[in-house]
This record gives sequence, structure tokens and C-alpha cells, in this order.
Amino acid sequence: MRFTLRVWRQKDAKSPGQFETYEVDGVPADASFLEMLDILNEKLIKEGKEPVAFDHDCREGICGSCGLFINGRAHGPLPNITTCRLYMRHFKDGDTITIEPFRARPFPVIKDLVVDRSALDRIIQKGGYISVNTGSAPDANSIPIAKAAADRAFDYATCIGCGACVAACKNASAMLFTSAKVAHLALLPQGQPERRERVKRMVAQMDAEGFGHCSNTGACAVECPAKIPLSAIARLQRDFIWANLTPDPYAR
Amino acid sequence: MAQAASPAVGWLHTSVGRKVVMAATGIFLMTFLVVHLSGNLLLLRGDRGAAFNAYAEFMSTNPFIRVLEVLLFLGFLIHIYQGLYFILKEKQARPQRYTLNAAHANTSLFSRTMRISAVVVLVFLIVHMRHFFVEHRILGTSLTMYESCKIAFENPLYSAFYLFSFLLLGFHLVHGFYSSFQTLGVILNARVERLIRTVGIAFTVFITVGFSAIPIYFLAAKYF
Repeated sequence: MRFTLRVWRQKDAKSPGQFETYEVDGVPADASFLEMLDILNEKLIKEGKEPVAFDHDCREGICGSCGLFINGRAHGPLPNITTCRLYMRHFKDGDTITIEPFRARPFPVIKDLVVDRSALDRIIQKGGYISVNTGSAPDANSIPIAKAAADRAFDYATCIGCGACVAACKNASAMLFTSAKVAHLALLPQGQPERRERVKRMVAQMDAEGFGHCSNTGACAVECPAKIPLSAIARLQRDFIWANLTPDPYAR
Repeated sequence: MAQAASPAVGWLHTSVGRKVVMAATGIFLMTFLVVHLSGNLLLLRGDRGAAFNAYAEFMSTNPFIRVLEVLLFLGFLIHIYQGLYFILKEKQARPQRYTLNAAHANTSLFSRTMRISAVVVLVFLIVHMRHFFVEHRILGTSLTMYESCKIAFENPLYSAFYLFSFLLLGFHLVHGFYSSFQTLGVILNARVERLIRTVGIAFTVFITVGFSAIPIYFLAAKYF
């Protein structure tokens, strides 16, 4: 297959970027999108040009490294997948494909299509954990958890932190990401002691990083490779309202 | 809303808190629409406005309604202020925009047109206030409220503008209704989501068709 690629090239966070147009030919239909970029980069290296920088790691859809805003959508034209699981057979031979980095103020471009997503890590650092005394391993099943609760919590726990929700959101909001962690821990007994503080601290960090507000358009859930449902956001909203409207039972 | 945050209301200044303010004022304004429409439907009784004029008289003199009127005005102001604030924040959160953005692939037409529908409804509100509120409550016209309505709606231009505005209000309500309940944390599963979306559509149709019936009634009475 043959493609015309419009790729965003940017030297670093401070330099302005621009699109460069490249032609790639002889791409197998079963190549993944990232493999297609590998083919482009081999060609660029042979021509003595700078290869296109892009993020990738596991290439099996579980790590959340690959970004890319392809033809106007996070992770390309299919819903709920990562870029590494997007195959060239989903495009037409001869297509022009526009590739941009994820764009948000908290995601500065490091180079070309690589953005710095550590703002998401800093949100997790504010509450994506439970505090326990370490020591000998606890007995199995010492805290009984209903199957339904465990299942729902796991649905939210599957977030891979790729940032597609932020990229797809018209407001560059990180609500789906943040709420996935809040909802996950809010459903489990281990998450209860810090539940009120967690939601407040994580929302405060989300705002401090410069992410936008959520306006419930649902674009995030359409693009999310882990299929985090919008009910995560409803659970965050509920916890946040509750934590702010009711007196803290642990306050001195 | 712009003052320094005190501990009790400080949370309303977070992005999530502002959403809650938007949703709460939105639900308040939606209840107002129901009250306003139920009064206006008295216009369709065919009694040359006797019932409607009595209702208008009650609404403009009852002290309880006077208080609600002030709250309503505040509700509109806060809802509009938050909307403007969100537009500003959106620009800040994504200073470099996408060259190609296929938002139609993952969002609804209604959610994408919230701002356009908001502006149309605001323009309508200004024209509407000028025609009825200013004329009757400030300038003290000698016309009855029914006569004012008749003059307004028998003008095809005004009626066309009115119908267009309510169509766009319908657009605003489809997303607004769902969004308000999502923001209040009501929609925890797919079953509740279906329920809220269905009730939202029914509410939107009731409001849009109900209000639209009035100019159509007056135009039909005049021309047919």
C-alpha cells in the first residue's frame, strides 16, 4: 500500500512545529500503524534525514505509550483502540494521513510526535494509592469483597494512562483518567479511609496541571482503549460533591 | 463568583465544582421553562386571553414570584458566566489547536453546538425581554399581555425568529439535560443512562413543541 503522510515535526518544546509531507510505498496491509512509521523512518534514515520521533513500547495494546492524533482522532479512525493495534488495512490505498501529537497545555511536545504525559503521573501521586503499614503478607481473603464490587472496580482499574481521553476532549480535560482511579478505589474497602481526601487532592492536581474542565461530551470514552465508562466520571462527581458538602467525620 | 474562595464554597471554584454550578443552574432554568410553558399554554384556550391575562397579572404582582424572578435572573447570569469562563479555560488548556479534528466521530451534534445554541437563546432572551418585560413592567404599556403576544406572534418575522430560537433551545436541552444529571453523579450504569437520555428527549420535545405551538396558533388564526 502507498500513503502520503502529513507528519508534525517539532524540534523541541520551545521551537515552533510544522507539517512535513512524506510518501511511503510498499506498506503491507497487515502492518500496524507504528510499523508503517518504522518503514517511513528506515526510508528517512537511508536518505540521511532525521527520523520521526514517536512513542511506543509494548506494541500489544497494554502499555499506553503510543499516542498520535491520526486524521483528527486520538489513536486513529477506530474507537477504543491504541495506535499499535490500528492496522493499515483500515485505510485506503493512496490515502493522505495527517499525524499530530496529542495536544494539551499539560502535554508539552518533547520532539515531533512525542509528548510529556507526566502530568498524569502527578495526578496519580496525589491519591492513586492506599496507605497501609507494610509488614508480613496479609492472609488471603482477610477482607471480603463482593464479586460485583470487585468486577466494577476492575473495570475502572484497567486504565492504561495513555492520555487519549485528554487528546480527544474538546476541553483537554483529564476527567476520565482521574475519575477511573477515583472510582476504582472508591468501590473497594481498602480505598475508604482516604476516599474523601483522595478525590479532593486529585481534582486539585488536575486543575493545577492546567487540564480543562469536563463538559460531558463523551469523546473520551469513545477513544479510550481500556473502555473506561463515563460512569467513572459520575462516580467522581458524586464523591467530590459529597466530600465537599458533608462534614469530614475524621476532622478534629 | 469571582471573589476569593472561602472554605465553604471554595470547592465551587474547582473545575468539577464549576460543572456542578453549571448543572444546578441548568436544572433550575429547566424547571423555569416548565412553569413558563404551562402558563403560556393558556394562550391557546381561545378565550381572547382572559385566562392568560389573569395569569400574567398574578405573576407580575405576587410577592413570592417577585423573589423567584430575582433568583431566576441570577440563575441566568451565573449560567452564562460559567459558560464564558469555560470558553476561556478551553483556550488555555489547548493553546495549540489540532489542524484536523474529527469531533463529529466521537461527540453528538447537540454537545458540539452548545455555544451556538446558547448565543441564539441569549439573543432571543434579549429581544423577548425588550418586547414583554421592558414594555410592560418598565414602560407600562396600556396593552394587555395577551394583546402584546398577539402583536408579536402575528408578525411572521418575529414568529420565525421565535421558532428558530426554540429549535436551538431544544438542541441545548438535549445535551444539557443529560449533562446536568451526569454532573450530579446520577448516571452510574447503562440502565440509568438510557432512562435519563429518554426523559431528556421527552422533556426537550415537550418544551420545544409546546412553545412552538404558540406562534403557529396565532399565525394560523390570522392567515387561515
